[in-house]
Amino acid sequence: MSFDAWLPALIVLSSLLPGVLIFTLREGSHRLRTSLNLGGALLKLLLVGIMIWGVFHEHVYESRWSLAPGLDLVLHADALSVLFVSLSTLLWLVTTVYAIGYLETSPHRSRFFGFFSLCVTATVGLALAGNLFTFVIFYELLTLATYPLVAHRGTPEAIRGARIYLKYTLSGGVLLLFGVIWLQVLAGPIAFVQGGILSDLPAELHPQLGWIFLLMILGLGVKAAIVPLHGWLPQAMVAPAPVSALLHAVAVVKAGAFGIVRVVYDVYGVEFAAELGLLTSLGLAAAVTIVYGSVRALSQDNLKKRLAYSTVSQVSYIALGTAILGPIATIGGVVHLVHQGVMKITLFFAAGNYAETLGIHKVSEMDGVGRRMPGTTLAFSIGALGMIGVPPVAGFVSKWYLGLGAVEAGLASWVLPVLVASSLLNAAYFLPILYRAWFRTSASDWPHEQIPARRLETHGSLLWPPVMTALLALAAGLFAAAPYSPLEWAELIAAREYRQ
Amino acid sequence: MTDSLVWSIALPLSGAILSVLLPRAANGIGLASVLGSLAAALAVIWTVADQGPLTYAIGGWTPGLGIALRADGLSALLLLLSALVAVAASVYATAYFRQAEQRQRFWTLWLLLLSALHALFLAADLFNLYVTLELLGLSAAALTALSGQREALEAALRYLLLGLLGSLAFLAGVALLYTGYGSLDISTLTHRLSPGLTGWSAAALMTSGLLIKTALFPLHFWLPPAHANAPAPVSAILSALVVKAAFYLVLRLWLEPFASLSTPELVQMLGVLGAIAVIWGSWQALQAERLKLLAAYSTLAQIGYLFLFLPLILETSDETLRHAALGGLLLMALTHGLAKSALFLAAGVVQQHAGHDRIAELRGTAQALPATTFTLALAGVALIGLPPSGAFLGKWQLIAGALQAELWWMLGVVLAGSLLAAGYVFRLLGHAFGQARYPARSLSIGRQEIPALGLGLAATLLLGLFSAPVWSLLAGLAPAGGLNP
Repeated sequence: MSFDAWLPALIVLSSLLPGVLIFTLREGSHRLRTSLNLGGALLKLLLVGIMIWGVFHEHVYESRWSLAPGLDLVLHADALSVLFVSLSTLLWLVTTVYAIGYLETSPHRSRFFGFFSLCVTATVGLALAGNLFTFVIFYELLTLATYPLVAHRGTPEAIRGARIYLKYTLSGGVLLLFGVIWLQVLAGPIAFVQGGILSDLPAELHPQLGWIFLLMILGLGVKAAIVPLHGWLPQAMVAPAPVSALLHAVAVVKAGAFGIVRVVYDVYGVEFAAELGLLTSLGLAAAVTIVYGSVRALSQDNLKKRLAYSTVSQVSYIALGTAILGPIATIGGVVHLVHQGVMKITLFFAAGNYAETLGIHKVSEMDGVGRRMPGTTLAFSIGALGMIGVPPVAGFVSKWYLGLGAVEAGLASWVLPVLVASSLLNAAYFLPILYRAWFRTSASDWPHEQIPARRLETHGSLLWPPVMTALLALAAGLFAAAPYSPLEWAELIAAREYRQ
Repeated sequence: MTDSLVWSIALPLSGAILSVLLPRAANGIGLASVLGSLAAALAVIWTVADQGPLTYAIGGWTPGLGIALRADGLSALLLLLSALVAVAASVYATAYFRQAEQRQRFWTLWLLLLSALHALFLAADLFNLYVTLELLGLSAAALTALSGQREALEAALRYLLLGLLGSLAFLAGVALLYTGYGSLDISTLTHRLSPGLTGWSAAALMTSGLLIKTALFPLHFWLPPAHANAPAPVSAILSALVVKAAFYLVLRLWLEPFASLSTPELVQMLGVLGAIAVIWGSWQALQAERLKLLAAYSTLAQIGYLFLFLPLILETSDETLRHAALGGLLLMALTHGLAKSALFLAAGVVQQHAGHDRIAELRGTAQALPATTFTLALAGVALIGLPPSGAFLGKWQLIAGALQAELWWMLGVVLAGSLLAAGYVFRLLGHAFGQARYPARSLSIGRQEIPALGLGLAATLLLGLFSAPVWSLLAGLAPAGGLNP
């Protein structure tokens, strides 16, 4: 077999094998574990680099393995999967560095990093999935790999949070499974093809296609945290900070959002989905979620909870962009897949730094923290401003394209008010944090200062990851028009989706 | 290579005899004979895959007079499953039994049970089937009683009596067939049998006897106490293999000799009983307070799944659907065999380590026994039917088949069964993940943990990713509408 047929499988294996090896390591073998972690992450980055180049030049990368008659495990690279793979690979590297710093002293590190690698393996697998069957496999694997991470601390709250997480995601997974099998019974194996493959089905099947769409979107909507299926997300906050960062930015919620994008564009085809009248309800659900998440975020004093509700709101921008027919909205939704990831991971890293360094868990304890931890707080500010949509941070680009797309599709009457209201609400829950951090003085001692300020405000491996991702978020906005930028890649995807 | 059919039965049998003669070397004899029979099973499946079904007449007597053996894809796969589980459970058993006397008795009965099981999978005529069934029931009941505790003895006695009732019913059916059609050879009967009073009564007697032995709801009540009170390696093999042997016979009989007797109502009824078993077993497992009891109730549910497949296989004329469903059924059975034995072996480790198996008090197991907890999780994943386990592919076929055959009620059963299974598995794992100050005895039990882990990995990764040969092995087996000309 040629290299082209192996590359997608190698990308998946580059985190699977280190993960399996890490499980077998003793707690004490710190150096070996770190080299396996970072080695795997760097190797994956290299392989993904090759793939980006290839896909840009219309190479075909496909690994195929037959599991049963009519059921093939297919890993396939197209423009959309490459976008998501690059995002997860890059952020995995950064998060690994962060997690090594964060969990330095806590027990069960081998178990943690083993499942951490499995989690990324599942994410990359579902990004590269070439058909719905493969997607479902990795979607369920992701659920399984994240459960031990959420339950990692072993406290009653952690176990409880993990149980709620499972209840939601497994139920969602079953709905998705039923939808996918039903579709496969009607139409045979469902490969992801740009422009969709269902429009040729006879018209008498169209009502069934509507029900199948509902089943699949409900299943995916659980992970994408679409209201009212979002209940697990704030509960999963008990997980350690690197896990929350990964869950919110790359892995779980993104898997749901990515799945929605896949189903709408590459299974139904966005034009056919619009013809069946399926997009309006998806758009409305997304709009409700955007506003609801922001409103709930306002009243949270716990910093991670506020960020969690912010995620509920922000991820639905992707679904919103998907639900609006037209290439510009598509660009906005797809590019937000990346932008939200980079910005949200920054925010969670920063929140983890506050907790780990000073014991700060609540917004009300953040007075004057900017002076004590300027690097972290600067990164946090960039992320927060990006979420609000302040130029030139990446979030602005997404919102701009979503707005333009809505105007183009003639939906400005309800999409624009949602965007404006959400931006105002974002400002209302992020700006007070920034005000406290930068302009108030700290009243007394920090709640629980664990890491003293020396040359740096905290450990280097905790400080550099948020700074890095904040810079990325800034760069993605500033150089949005540069070659290989997320925006340019999203334009490439949109061009290919609407080519027909 | 037809000799390997005989070797897979003869090796455990001679092992059983040797272990009586040389009790001190029982461990070694036992391991050598199960390894030998695994090699024979591999040879059988290799040959079947290569050349198609095998037959072998012992001593050269023509079928009808002597003992004939045969292997097709279906029996070869189950034979391999049995040999594989037997090796893992035997390695485990070498470290499990502490008393020499108990150990020696275990090996004799154990090897006897294995040879009966292998003979059952390979037998080509009904009388031999009866003999193996009886031998299997007797040795299984004796093994259940091995610990000598009061509950175990009670459970074993009940198991023995019901088993005898089951095999008597089977024997009565066999006798009816012999008087009616003058043959006991399965393939001869397949051609001769036609709907009529004799055929009907025989089918009813034999099937109900087997339903007792496979513990299909409502004939399941003997199973939970028997499986939960037996020593761990015995429970593993009872749950993984022995109940499945009876199911195999149901399937074999209705695919071949009784195919012409099957009616939609009858097959539907078996499917409905399976559905009730899925829900009832999973619900009881969710309520169970002890780990081994949970595992035993989960077996009831898993047997139910196997019966759910029957309407898809026996009542369809669509060859592709039938083939897909048959593969799914086999894959469910194989996955459950591996996963359930892994679960019982792991439960045995937990029990020996913690001194009990009360689920609510298992906090800290993940810290003290990481490998075993991982095994429990792997087995759990396979029991729920999540990827990458083989059961996922099996359930996929079940759902797809139900959609194609428009059996909507089945979808609800699979949905409820899967969620209930997730409930009982993760209730266990939730307790195991709890933080506790566990008595940190550095007990070295690697030898016991490894076989269970291997079985768990086989149930998930091996069957999930490399199961395509299952379908090719089953191609051409019992075409729709029976073999009647």
